[in-house]
Amino acid sequence: MTRIAIAWLGVAAAGAASAQTNLNSSSAEVQVLPVQGNVYLLAGAGGNITVQAGQSGILVVDTGSPEMTGTILAAIRKLSDKPVRYIINTQVDADHTGGNENFAKAFGSATTVSVVNTPGSSASQTVQIFAHDNVLARMSARNGTQPARPDTAWPTETYIGDAKELYFNGEAVLMYHMPAAHTDGDTIVHFRGSDVVSAGDLLDMTHYPIIDLQRGGSLQGVIDGLNRILDIAVPAHHEEGGTYVIPGHGRICDEFDVVEYRDMVTIIRDRIQALIKKGMTLEQVRAARPTGDYDPEYGVGSSAWTTDRFVEAAYRSLVGKR
Amino acid sequence: MSRLRPVEKVTLWLVPGLLWAALAGFSARAQVLLSGDWQTLMHEDQPERAQGPDLGDYLGIPINDAARLRAESWDASRLTLQEHQCRVHVAPYIYRGPLQVRIWEEKDPETQQAIAIKNYISTYEQTRTIWMDGRPHPSAYAPHRFMGFSTGKWEGDVLTVETTHLKQGWLRRNGPPESDQTTLTEHFIRHGQYLTHVTIIHDPVYLTEPLIRTENFVMAARDPGNWLWPCEYVVEITNRPKGEVPNYLPGENPFLTEFAARWGIPVEATRGGAETMYPEYRLKLKTLAKPPSKPGAAK
Repeated sequence: MTRIAIAWLGVAAAGAASAQTNLNSSSAEVQVLPVQGNVYLLAGAGGNITVQAGQSGILVVDTGSPEMTGTILAAIRKLSDKPVRYIINTQVDADHTGGNENFAKAFGSATTVSVVNTPGSSASQTVQIFAHDNVLARMSARNGTQPARPDTAWPTETYIGDAKELYFNGEAVLMYHMPAAHTDGDTIVHFRGSDVVSAGDLLDMTHYPIIDLQRGGSLQGVIDGLNRILDIAVPAHHEEGGTYVIPGHGRICDEFDVVEYRDMVTIIRDRIQALIKKGMTLEQVRAARPTGDYDPEYGVGSSAWTTDRFVEAAYRSLVGKR
Repeated sequence: MSRLRPVEKVTLWLVPGLLWAALAGFSARAQVLLSGDWQTLMHEDQPERAQGPDLGDYLGIPINDAARLRAESWDASRLTLQEHQCRVHVAPYIYRGPLQVRIWEEKDPETQQAIAIKNYISTYEQTRTIWMDGRPHPSAYAPHRFMGFSTGKWEGDVLTVETTHLKQGWLRRNGPPESDQTTLTEHFIRHGQYLTHVTIIHDPVYLTEPLIRTENFVMAARDPGNWLWPCEYVVEITNRPKGEVPNYLPGENPFLTEFAARWGIPVEATRGGAETMYPEYRLKLKTLAKPPSKPGAAK
């Protein structure tokens, strides 16, 4: 019996794959919320996880934090006993890709399972990990700037250019590259039949958008990405409902919520740009508090992504410094 | 008592007073009905609610500095963006405009117990559900709505409603924001053919104190019609760059003093804040410099 088969039996029998694959588990609560059509949100496991469940199996967008994998799989088992066939990574950060390796252990990794000339084995018995090629570059240290992740965590199917298509569970799954946004490897995913967009960290309802300059992000790229989401989204009635958008963190949104977030980021860009044109230094821009009206909602003083760091990243992005 | 903030003093008297008035006639009789078509009465706060407030008039709103900055950067041209053209007034605001409200109850067919009280609001064709069956409010991860998620209970003859999961909105139609973390408490109080609606807005992001407002309605004897509010967004500004969001940079909004000049009110007062809600503020007003009136100023 192959390792994959053992893992699948474990999933089916135990309701989670943790028994056979020794996956990490956490007692933290993971909430499962139906979004629309085939799509669900798993929240509370690090970054938000989007789950598409249907007759063909399970597709997840992002895999959360590694210590949460057991809990995540148990939550997925409440939706379906089908195997996880596809993972799409919206970007490289550990809170969105941290579970890749555990998922690969549970469902079979295309990087470690020989699918060529192996009777009874095929690519369909592994989990395929999709991402933009820049995500693989970051994980595999192709460019030498980041420590390598285990190869079982790497994307197995990357794309270059603007988009990648997949058809799964009776609907088109469209991946769009958002260049130079949160990072240089961001993907948003549109489930065209269910009419749900998984936005990754382009949209973060818990704080200002993270602009990772070291990984090719930019303020304008974030704004362009948000506007791209607005191009895709169609409200059902008076700016409400219709297309739903799952952010990288925080609650389920629709177009109007993205509009308000886009407006906020754009207005802050306009202010910082105006201060730069006046010749202000970063410290002078900070002192001018260009985010003052949005700080009570999106500002953070003590976490890893503080308001000061956001303003600094926005400033450096606009003046072209890294 | 002296340690209470002013709004708490007002609430201490206003809310029990309204409740007492409603409860005075209450005895062991059937529950009051709110069902019917109600037409708004605009006698209260009429200029703000009908033609709309002046730009830069934040008087009487307990906003904080962040809300004030955001309001001052607000540009009415933002409403020409397609994504803003059909935006709905959120539940704490929508009852203030010109509107009609149809109220009816949905009952369990087996028990005839109320499952929900529904409101159809003509403005933006909004159907609002006030759940009466004791269900909990949704997860914090659930979507927010313009009408939010509401649960209600009868307190005597007063329907008290608690609403969460609201979208971002505004406190007044000239820019003071209301955040999506706002919660709303309402009281629906029927006096014969009249209905008083009390809203108490709690916004931990933009308000320093709760904002309490009221509106009145009268029962329609005939179907008032005009129940529809179709909205189709169109391109209004043809040469606007993609992604542009109209806004005023801090300190560059040229319209913020118009209201003060028109009515001879100190500019400081027009910036709003909790103290401008209370009668005591009139004493402070006398100490503030008034702006020079402009031609066409109101008498």
